[in-house]
Amino acid sequence: MSFTRRIVCAAAIVMPLAAAAQAPSGKLTVVTSFSKEVTGPFKAAFEKAYPGTTLDVQNRNTNAGVKFIEETKSNNGVDLFWASAPDAFEVLKGKGLLEAYKAKAEGVPDKIGQYPIHDPEGFYTGFAISGYGIMWNTRYVGAQKLPEPKEWQDLATAPYFDHVSMAAPSRSGTTHLTIEAILQTAGWEKGWGIVKAFSGNLRAVTDRSFGVPDAVNSGQVGYGIVIDFFGFSAQGAGFPVKFVYPSLSTIVPANIAVVKNAPNAAAAKAFVDFILSEPGQAVLFDPKIRRLPVRTASYDKAPDGLPNPFKFPWVANAKFDVDKSEKRFQPVDALFDQLITFQHEPLKAATKAIHEADAAIAKKPNAEASKLVAEARALIAAMPVNEAEAASAEITGAFTGGSGKEKAPRQAELEQKWAAFAKEKYAAALAKAEAALKAAR
Amino acid sequence: MNAAALRRILAQPGQALVALAVALFLAAFLIIPVITVMIAAFQPKGGSGFTLVNFADFFATDLFRRSFFNSLYVSAMSVAVATVLALPLAYFTTRFDFRGAVIVQTLGVIPLIMPPFAGAVAMQLLFGRNGTVNLLLDEAFGFKIGFMEGLNGVIFVEALHYFPLILINLSTALRNIDRAMEEAAQNLGCSGFRLFRRIVFPLAMPGYVAGASLVFIKVFDDLATPLLLNVKDLLAPQAYLRITSVGLADPMGYVISVVLIVASLIAMYLSLLALRGKDYATVQRGGGGLAKRPLGRGDAILAYGTILIVLVLTLAPHLGLLLLSFATIWSFSPLPDGFTLAHYVQVFSDSGQYIVNTVLYAGLAALIDVVVGTAIAYLVLRVGVPGAKWLDYAATAALAVPGVVLGIGYLRTYFGVTLPSGQSLAAFWGMIVLALAIRRLPLALRACTAALQQVAASLEEAAENLGATKARTVRRIVLPLMTGGLAAGFVTSFATAAVELSATMMLVQSSADAPLAYGLYVFMQSPAGRGAGAALGVIAVLIVGVCTYISNRIVDGDMAAKAGAH
Repeated sequence: MSFTRRIVCAAAIVMPLAAAAQAPSGKLTVVTSFSKEVTGPFKAAFEKAYPGTTLDVQNRNTNAGVKFIEETKSNNGVDLFWASAPDAFEVLKGKGLLEAYKAKAEGVPDKIGQYPIHDPEGFYTGFAISGYGIMWNTRYVGAQKLPEPKEWQDLATAPYFDHVSMAAPSRSGTTHLTIEAILQTAGWEKGWGIVKAFSGNLRAVTDRSFGVPDAVNSGQVGYGIVIDFFGFSAQGAGFPVKFVYPSLSTIVPANIAVVKNAPNAAAAKAFVDFILSEPGQAVLFDPKIRRLPVRTASYDKAPDGLPNPFKFPWVANAKFDVDKSEKRFQPVDALFDQLITFQHEPLKAATKAIHEADAAIAKKPNAEASKLVAEARALIAAMPVNEAEAASAEITGAFTGGSGKEKAPRQAELEQKWAAFAKEKYAAALAKAEAALKAAR
Repeated sequence: MNAAALRRILAQPGQALVALAVALFLAAFLIIPVITVMIAAFQPKGGSGFTLVNFADFFATDLFRRSFFNSLYVSAMSVAVATVLALPLAYFTTRFDFRGAVIVQTLGVIPLIMPPFAGAVAMQLLFGRNGTVNLLLDEAFGFKIGFMEGLNGVIFVEALHYFPLILINLSTALRNIDRAMEEAAQNLGCSGFRLFRRIVFPLAMPGYVAGASLVFIKVFDDLATPLLLNVKDLLAPQAYLRITSVGLADPMGYVISVVLIVASLIAMYLSLLALRGKDYATVQRGGGGLAKRPLGRGDAILAYGTILIVLVLTLAPHLGLLLLSFATIWSFSPLPDGFTLAHYVQVFSDSGQYIVNTVLYAGLAALIDVVVGTAIAYLVLRVGVPGAKWLDYAATAALAVPGVVLGIGYLRTYFGVTLPSGQSLAAFWGMIVLALAIRRLPLALRACTAALQQVAASLEEAAENLGATKARTVRRIVLPLMTGGLAAGFVTSFATAAVELSATMMLVQSSADAPLAYGLYVFMQSPAGRGAGAALGVIAVLIVGVCTYISNRIVDGDMAAKAGAH
C-alpha cells in the first residue's frame, strides 16, 4: 500500500534539494501535540501559499513527541516540533536536538510582560500566546445554582466542593506551568497553600490535559483548570462554557522549532516564517482554534470575545522565572503527585470536614471551633520541604539520577517519605475539623 | 541436553525447525526489544551495574503495595462479574435451537472492540455522574448511582468490556463437546442443572479457564479503563504514569512492569495447574456439540429476557457512541441538543486511509498470531521439543508488556537499521503489524491451545499409522478439527488489534500509515473533533462486527457441514 507512496515521497525529497534555495517544496514532517482542528487550517493555508509542499502532521502528546525525536535522532525524519509547553523545547534544546533559526517576522515584540516570546538564543520561536484560567459549564452551574469564579481561591470555598477538575502537572505541561505560576507569584508556602486548598475540592485529578475540558464540555464536572484556548475553542464549537483569567495567572508563548538535521530544512524555515506572518497569524482566529497571536497588529481583526493579552493589566507584573521553574521541575511534579494526586481521598475527606465545620461556625460562632479549623487548614497546607530544599542538589539529583554519591536519597525513598508526611497531616487535619464541628454544635 | 532429547529432535527435524523459527520470532520482536528497555529495572538510576534496590523500594512504598492489592481485587472481581454475563449467552446459544444465535454471538464480541477514548467518552455520557441515566434518575427520583466511581466502577466497566473473552472461548468449547457424553449422562438419568454442572460445564472447562485467565490478566494489565475513570491506585496505571511522566530513566516504572509480567505468568501457571491431570479430548467428531433442543415457552421467555438484559447493558457504550457521532452539542443533558450527519461527511472526506490501514494491519497481525499460536500450541501439547513450554511462557508474557515499552523497545532496537529505500526499519509500517501481532499473540495462543486440547491425539496417531507424514497429519487432520478455535483466535486478535493504541502511538511515523485508533485519538483531542472521533469509532465497531459475523458464519457452516457428512 503506502510503501510505493513512501518511495515516491523519498524521491520527492531527495530530488529538489538542489532547487531548495529558490522555493521550498516537498514533504514537511511536523511532530505536534496540537489537535487536527489546529493543524488542519495551517496545513491548508501553508500548502496554498507554497504550492508543491505537503505538510505531514504527526500527532503525539508533548512528552511522547520529545521522546520520539530523542529516540530517532540517529536517522532523523522530523523537520519541525510544534507544541505549547516551553519546557519541552528547553529539554530538546538542552540535548542539542534543535537548530537555531531566527524567523523573518515583523510586528512581533520580543517580550510580553517580562516573558520573552522567543528563545533568546533562537532555538525556538513563539507563535501564539497562552494564559491559564478557569472554564465552567454554564448549564451545570446554572442547574446546581453554583457561583461563577474569579480567582483560584474561589475554587477552594465550600460551594465548589466535588465540582472542579484539573490535570496532574506531571501529566500536562500546561498544568505544570499553571502551578508553577501560582508558586512564583504567591511564593512557595502560600502558593502551595492555595493549590492544596482548591485541590481538596477537586472531583478528580486527570492524567491528560484534554480530559479536563472534555469533562467540563460534557457536563461531568462544573469547573476545570485549563489553558485558555481549551475554553475559547469549546465556545467556538458551540459548547455552553465560559472562561476567566484569575489575577495570579501567567502568560506563556506556544512554540515551534526546527529539528536538527531536518530532512527538509528549507521548507521548515519557510513554515516558521509563514506562521508568524499576517496570513499565518490570522489562521489562529479560526473558531475551532481560537488562540492569541504574537503579532500585535493582528488583534485589530480579532473576533468578538477573544481578549488581547498585551493589554491585560496584570501582564506587566506577571513574573515567570524560567530558570527557577526548570531547576525544580521534577520535584514540583512529584510533590503534587505524592501530596495531592495519590493522597486525594484523605485530602478530600479533611477538606469536606473543614467545610462542614465552617458552616456550623457560620450559624453559631465559636472561638474554639474557629481556632481548630485554622489549625486544620495549616495542617493541610504544611509542606515536607521548603523552597530552597526543593531546588537543592540533593533532591534534584534524586530525580535525575547518577549523582554517584552513596548516601544520596533515591526518588522512590523521597516519594514514600512525602506521601507518608501528607497522609499523617491530612489525618490530623480531619481530626481537628471534626473536633471543631463538635465544638460548634 | 541429554542423549534421549537429542535423539528425539534428530528424529523430527521439521518440528525442531518450527520451534527454532518461533523462538527467533519471539526473540527478535518481543524479548530483545523488551530487554533493551527493561534492563533499567535492575540498574541504579542514571548509572550502570546490577542492583535489586529498586525492588526493595517497590515493596517499601505504600502506594505500590496498595496498588498491587487493588489490582488483584479488581481482576478477580471482574472475572466473577464477566462469568455471570458470559455464561447465559454461551449456554443458551449453543444449547438451544435458537433463532439468531449467530447474531447474539456476534453482538457479544462487540464490547471487546470499544475503541479507547471514544468508548470512555460514551460511557461517561451515559453512566457518568451527570450522564443520561443519572440525570433521568435524579429528575424522577432525586438520587444518582455511582456506576463509574472508584474500584467498583472499574470492575463494572472491565467486566462489560472483557466478558467476550470468556464468551468466545466457552462457546467454542461447548460446541466441541461430544454429544455422546451428554446422551450417556441422560441415559443414566441425569438432566437439568445437574447435567450442566456435572457433565457439560466440566467438559467445557478448558475453554472457560482459557477465557477466565485471559480476563484476569487483561484486567490486571489494563490501563486505559482505570485512567479514564481516574482510578490511579492500580499497578498498570502506575507503571504507565511512571514511564510516560517521570521519564525513561526512572527505574520504578520498569520495576512495576516486571512485577506485572511475573504476576501474569503466575496466573497463567495456576490456570494450567487447574487443568492438569485431566483429559478433555474427545475422539468422536461430528457430533456437532450439544444436542440442540427446541425452547419451551417458559424457557424462551427466560432465555430471551436474560439475553436482552445482558445485551442492552453491554451494548450501551456503543449506543452512546452512535448518539455522539450524530450529535451536534451534548452537554449536561440526557440526549444531544440536535443531530447531524456532518461528522460522517468529515470522516469519509479526509480519513479514508485510517480504515484501509486498520483492516490491513489488524488482519495481518491476526494471521501471524494464529500461525504462531498454532505452532506453539502444537509444540507444547504434542511434541516433546525441550523448552517448548518456554515458548508458551514467553509468548504469554507479552500480555504484561506495556505497549509503550514495546514501542520504545522497537525504536531502540531497529531504528538504526535502514531499508534499501533509505528508510529506517522502525519507520516501516510492517513494524506496526508486528507490534500488534506480539501484543495480541497471547489471546490467539490461548484459543489455539484450548482448541488443540480438545482434539484427541489418537486421531493423529491413527493417521500416522496409516502412513501419513507429520506435516500431512497436521494439515489434513489437526487443522480442520481446530477450525472453530482458530477462528476464535483470529477474531479476538483482529478485533482487539483494530483498536489498539499504546504501542501504535510510538511507532506511527506518518499519518498516511496510521491506523484508525490513532485517528480517533487525534480527533478526540479537541472539542469540535468529538463527533468526528465518535463517527470513526462507530466505523471501527462496524468493521470488526462484520468481520466477526463472517467468521462466525464460517464456523457454523463448517460445523453444519461436518454434522451433515456424519
